[in-house]
This record gives sequence, structure tokens and C-alpha cells, in this order.
Amino acid sequence: MSESMVQVRSVTKVYERGKQKIEVLHGLTLDIPRGDFVALMGPSGSGKTTLLNLIGGLDKPSSGEIVVGGSRIDQLSSGQLAHWRAHNVGFVFQFYNLMPVLSAEGNVELPLLLTRLSAAQRRKNVAVALQVVGLADRAKHKPRELSGGQEQRVAIARALVSDPQLLVCDEPTGDLDRKTADEILGLLQVLNREHGKTIVIVTHDPKAAGFARRTLHLDKGQLLEQAA
Amino acid sequence: MTRSGFVIANLLRKRTRTILTLLSVIMAFLLFGLLQSVNHIFNAGADFVGATRLMVQARVSFTSPLPVSMLPKLEAVPGVARVAYSQWFGGVWQENTPLFVFAIDPLRYRDAYPEYVMSEAQWQAFAHTRTAMIAGRRLADQYGWKIGQKIPISSNIWPQKNGSKAWAFDLVGIYDGKDEDWKKRTNVAFINHDYFDEANQFGMKGAANFFILKLSDANRAEAVSRAVDAMFENSPDETKTQTEKDFNLGFVKQVGDIGLIVRWILFAVFFTLLLVVGNTMAQSVRERVPELAVLKTLGFTDGSVLGFVLAEAAALCLFGGLMGLLLATTFGAMVEKGTGGQFALRLDISVWLIGIAAIVLMSLAVGLLPGLRARRLRIVDALAGR
Repeated sequence: MSESMVQVRSVTKVYERGKQKIEVLHGLTLDIPRGDFVALMGPSGSGKTTLLNLIGGLDKPSSGEIVVGGSRIDQLSSGQLAHWRAHNVGFVFQFYNLMPVLSAEGNVELPLLLTRLSAAQRRKNVAVALQVVGLADRAKHKPRELSGGQEQRVAIARALVSDPQLLVCDEPTGDLDRKTADEILGLLQVLNREHGKTIVIVTHDPKAAGFARRTLHLDKGQLLEQAA
Repeated sequence: MTRSGFVIANLLRKRTRTILTLLSVIMAFLLFGLLQSVNHIFNAGADFVGATRLMVQARVSFTSPLPVSMLPKLEAVPGVARVAYSQWFGGVWQENTPLFVFAIDPLRYRDAYPEYVMSEAQWQAFAHTRTAMIAGRRLADQYGWKIGQKIPISSNIWPQKNGSKAWAFDLVGIYDGKDEDWKKRTNVAFINHDYFDEANQFGMKGAANFFILKLSDANRAEAVSRAVDAMFENSPDETKTQTEKDFNLGFVKQVGDIGLIVRWILFAVFFTLLLVVGNTMAQSVRERVPELAVLKTLGFTDGSVLGFVLAEAAALCLFGGLMGLLLATTFGAMVEKGTGGQFALRLDISVWLIGIAAIVLMSLAVGLLPGLRARRLRIVDALAGR
């Protein structure tokens, strides 16, 4: 776990809301080694999701550098960033964000439409991803036919299917009951330990953070401490 | 799954809405196809007629008859090779089937219209039998008329001297057209002008609705036209002389400017369609803002997302448009068959090409604005519901 997967250097992020400028992150510096499982915690408005979005390449910093997997993603254009995301990072959201018109396997296959894989190879990869999350038998089901926990598993399979090294998860258990949340967090732990995925999650739940290797606390756009 | 599969799945998200929108597209293009072919029929009648004929009618209106006594003067105009004349008879076959029947001088008409093909014996029989009638091939086939038959025709305009509206004519000939265009015009019957002149109750002697001037040289059409109108200027029978094509178009425009009417109807139809489909697409994109943001999150570029929205609009317009044009083609063929070919409501290739161009334009018009909105979406704002 020595090599850095994520390097954040003196990053600030300023949002403009009308004439008002709001600085959400203030010169934040952070290193996440490859294979780490990090929980970002902090009160609402502390900048957790903003930091996660920057690490995942969904947004760009106002200043500073962000290197993920060896790429300076803060310097990429919108199109390059989209291409980078497709091949390097998987996302899991609080409300699953699955396509309601597609079955579980259709949702998982969606990122593979951006690759040159054949239809047969895509189907094979989808089957493996659904197997990893324990939903091989629900492949044909639409999201509305699945429970919340199952939907989140499909979302994790979608994040995994193109084999990214980094998974970013924004409140992945925020909409789930305790038991299901623990199952999902256990699954993330397996992906981290057995498949070597680097995982960054944002959570308000200390119990969820307990599944991570370490927890980082943010407050008012600054990193407070590192807890083992 | 493929990208096109994803587009179709999104279209079927709200089936009722998609089906209703599709029906409106189908109806619009069905109307487009039928109206364009109606317009085509009204204009095409003039496209193939010869430039070697001029039509002379009363300046006021072709319904005001001109005296046949003008004939020698017309024949004397330099450049005129032959003069024929024609009087509208109308006529109703059986209960209420209207017919196109004209009273003519047979041999003059034969000379003026070599495009109508009939044996010389039949022309002679027509010329020498006062109660004779000749019918076009399509008309004869439609009603099963055979040479030698007595054809009973009633006329609401021209009763006989005894007050009877019933006339009877001897079918002595069946003419055909020299080519496909002229074959289409064989839905007309002709009777002998001399007999009509004698037998009609109103005693409209020696008059005709229009004269047909067969020219020796098409290049002299304008000069002959001016000469004829100048000859009868300030007389009780002032004339209006024009080419056969202009005459036919003018005849159609008595009803109204069909082209203009069709254009306005289509403008209204397509404008409404634009609002209906445009609103459907805009609503569909509004409902899916988070999903579109997720697509971008997964690595689809702004251009790809724009492409998905445009593809949905295009699929809707393409399927509906082609269905509409196909239905118009089928319906047109049914009308043509039902009217025995008299109303050839055909969608020719030009209508299809204009239709396909309209589909492309419509797809862009309804898909571009919501597509650009989807393209501009910022992922973090869209996911946060801002």
C-alpha cells in the first residue's frame, strides 16, 4: 500500500452561486495509497462530497493539483475526463441511480458500451460482475423489482464491471437499513481486500466508517486528522 | 444491449405518451402525403400537355360561351394550323355518377389532339352519326361500355327540347392515349356538337366554351395569342388566349390556389406537431436529468448524451413519419382503385423525398434544444438536483 493512488495537492474549490462565491475546500492536501479503503466523514457542508467529486473526476478544482493513478486529472478537458472516468473509476451513489428502463444486467453493461468489447465478451463480464455482488439470479430484473440492497449491489456491479482500480462511493448505505448496509459495506471490504480495489467512501455513519481501513475527518473544507 | 437498444428502451419508458406522440406524427405525415399528392394531381395535369395548342375562352369567364362563328377569323390568324372547339355537357351516369362529357366537332378535335388514338373508321362514324358518342378507354373499362351500346346519360344543365333530362348516345368509338400520361386522361366522353346544338332546350346555338388552336409552330404561341386577343378587343366577345398548360392551371385555380391551401394546412399541421413532439422530448429530458448525469459519470461524453437525445427524437420522427407516408401510399392506392383510376392519389418519389427531408428537419427541430440542454448538464449539479 505504499504507492499513491490519489494525490491531492493544495486543492481549493470555489462555487459561484449568483454573485456569491463560496470556498468549499481550502488548500487541501491528501494522499491515498493504492489498495486503501478510506472513509471521509464530517458534518454537512464540510466538503466531503466535493472532495469525492474531485477525486472521481466529476468536477475540477479551482486551484491545486489532483493526480489519480498517475494522471493529472485537473488538467484534462471535459471529453478527456469522461474517457478517463470510463476506464479508471467506478461510482456508487446513495440512491443507486440505476436506469429504470434497463434490467440489472443492462445497467451493469452500460459502461461497457464505451469499450471495444464484443457483445459476447460484454455479457461474460456482466455475468462475472453480478456474480461478485451475489445477484447472478436477478440479472433479468428491472430496478423496481429489486430491494434497496439489491439495487445497490447492481450499482456496485456497474461500478466494477470495467475493472477500475478506484471506487468512489457517496453515502452508499445512506438509504439502507442497518443489516443491508452492513452487507453492502462487507461487500466493499471484500472488493478492497480480495480484489485490491482502492475505495473512498463518504459517510455520516461511524459504523460504516468502521469498515474502512482509515477515516479522514473534514470540517469547513479542511482535513482535521487521520484516524487509524 | 446496444446503444440503439438503450434509445428504444428510453422511448418505451412511458408507453402511452410515446404511442400518442407517435400517432400524432403518423397522422401528420399521412396528411402530408395525401395533400402533397392532391397538390401534385392538380398541378401535374398541366406538365405534359403540348406547347403547340392555345386555348381561347371568353375574357370574362370560360362559362360565358363564344360564338362558333369566330371560327373563320381564328383560322385566318397566321400560325394557326387547325381550330377545334368544345362545349361542356357534364352528364350523370345512372343514379348520381358525374361524368366529364364535352360536345365537340369530331374531325377538328381529332386533328387538334393527335395524342388521342382511335381508328379512322371510328372517327368517321363519330363524325357522321349525329347521336354518336366516343369514350376514353378508362371510362369505357370502368363502366363496361362496349361499342354499339346505347349509353343513357342525364344532364341537369342541358335538358332536351321536350324537357327530358335523359339523353341517349350511341357509342361508336373508344379512344386511348398515346402514352401513359395521355392514357390517364381517357376518362372523358365526347358527343357530337351539332346534335347537342340542335337538341338542347335552351337553344344555345353555335356556341362553345372554348376554342383550341393547333399551331403550326410552338414558337409562335405568344404572337398568335396576342393577335387573337387583339382581334376581338372591344367586341361583344372579347377573348383570353393562353397556352394549354396555363389554361389547365387556371382552371384548377378556379377552385382556389390548391398549392397555397395545401402549404398552409401543412404548415399548421407541422407547427402543431413540432409543439407536441418538442414538448414530449423536452419533458422526457427534464424527467431524466439525474439519469443523464449518471451517463456522463460513467464516461459518456457530452456529445454522446446529445446523440442519445437526438437519436430518440429521430427514432420517433422516423418511425412515425415512415408509417405515415406508407399509410398515405396505401390509402392513395385504395382511392385510385376505388375511383377506377380517375383520382390517382399516388405518392411519387418526390413526395417521399420531401417527406424524408421533413422527417430529418423535424428530428433536429424537436431533439436539438432538449439535446443541448442534456449536453450542458453539469454532473455535480444534476446529481445534487440543482
